[in-house]
Amino acid sequence: MSEKPEKLIDKKGIRLDGRKSDELRPIKLEVGVIPNADGSAYVEHGKNKILAGVYGPREVHPKHLALQDRTVLKCRYHMAPFSVQERKSPAPSRREIELSKVIRESLEPSIFMEYYPRTMIDVFIEILQADGGTRCASITAASLALADAGIPMRDLVVACAAGKADDTIVLDLMDEEDKQGKADVPVALMPNLNAITLLQMDGKLTHEEFENAVNLAIDGCKKIYSMQKEALKAKYINVKEEAEE
Amino acid sequence: MASVVTRVKQKQIAQLIDKEKRVDGRKPNEYREIKVEQGIIERAEGSARVRLGKTEIVVGVKVEMGEPFSDTPNEGVLTVNAELVPLASPSFEAGPPDETSIELARIVDRGIRESKAIDTGKLCIEPGKKVFVVFVDIYVLNHDGNLIDASALAAMAALLNAKMSNYEVEEGEVKIKSGYMQLPIKQHPITITCAKIGDKLILDPCLEEEQVMDARLSMAIDDDEDICAIQKGCAGYFTPEQVIEFSKTAKEKAKQIRKELDW
Repeated sequence: MSEKPEKLIDKKGIRLDGRKSDELRPIKLEVGVIPNADGSAYVEHGKNKILAGVYGPREVHPKHLALQDRTVLKCRYHMAPFSVQERKSPAPSRREIELSKVIRESLEPSIFMEYYPRTMIDVFIEILQADGGTRCASITAASLALADAGIPMRDLVVACAAGKADDTIVLDLMDEEDKQGKADVPVALMPNLNAITLLQMDGKLTHEEFENAVNLAIDGCKKIYSMQKEALKAKYINVKEEAEE
Repeated sequence: MASVVTRVKQKQIAQLIDKEKRVDGRKPNEYREIKVEQGIIERAEGSARVRLGKTEIVVGVKVEMGEPFSDTPNEGVLTVNAELVPLASPSFEAGPPDETSIELARIVDRGIRESKAIDTGKLCIEPGKKVFVVFVDIYVLNHDGNLIDASALAAMAALLNAKMSNYEVEEGEVKIKSGYMQLPIKQHPITITCAKIGDKLILDPCLEEEQVMDARLSMAIDDDEDICAIQKGCAGYFTPEQVIEFSKTAKEKAKQIRKELDW
């Protein structure tokens, strides 16, 4: 294990990985990475490596869960045993069950659920490597995968965290800042609708700090949002070119 | 959850809220009556019953000796679990904890943990080897909405009422002595939950209101009036303005409840 650094931010306001307080980690988004899935996406966000796959709308299983007026959204957030420093048991932990729930609830407002009654949409998220902020990167990936599956949506959902490291409000916490920082505020947003679909926090923030953190996270979301749109375009522009040849 | 409330009722509740009224006659920011009783289970090291209107929660605290986590060798351990017992509501079923009860336990856990309510440093007996483990078990006995706030209150009330064994360490052996000491408590977080119905926010939703709400938001406020935990729930959304507005309402409401309870 690495030793604990004394300070997360130096005198010049530079963070351990060389970022400024309002800077995102490098992000790579790719759509359509799993041939078998109806929609899929891969996200690298800092050292996070995350795959999301969508199947559906398809037959509901088990059948009694079917709803007569809308589709059922299911979501599974799962960490690979090798994704963290100490091996994680592959059985779903309480944390993973909670995250599956909040991620599902962050995606659901974006989907026209009433378009597909008596069906089910499955969203599977696999964390291949974790580096702080996995739930946010998962939401960004899952929303892309839903769009890739051709499911009608009001907007893409994009997520980013802000928090407090030492005494500064910072954007996009990485692993050390997440563990040793003073607060973590993950936010998911539908930018065009100005709608927050996930909001959590742990740590300790004054009301003023909280307001700053939420606004900073929203700014971060908007930056990732434009990358999301580019990633979608990139796949479908390629398809068009192939067809023309 | 299978919706028992018809669309008619949903419309009625939403229309009432538009007029700043509620199904049970409360104002938008009014809580139901809170009743707290402590020490109701003698076998438990700490216990409390909280009634929030018709919602009823019992929390039992057990304090046992165990091993610390390797990354916090000098600190005691906190474990929170919630049981939605089947007698409490037609919608609860027996069986292993589902995502609702896991979420409830984790929200209560986060409020206590992040506010540093328990002075876990004082629960250390032998660094890296032996510490006190505090088990907080939430038992929902009647579900009439807002289980989060009621459970958080009951958990805190039970912890305030909890004791742990006196002990001494002799030649590396831990010996339990007679008598007890109070579980060391540093903070008294209070969790405030709102429901969004239509475009309006109401505090302390009752069950009928929960069945028609679009989304809910909970914030735990500590003794310094800072925010120490937040959870948004349900498949709806909040605007950033609503979030900020609610953070102010939550602060005021927590202050008022803190005063009423004398915490």
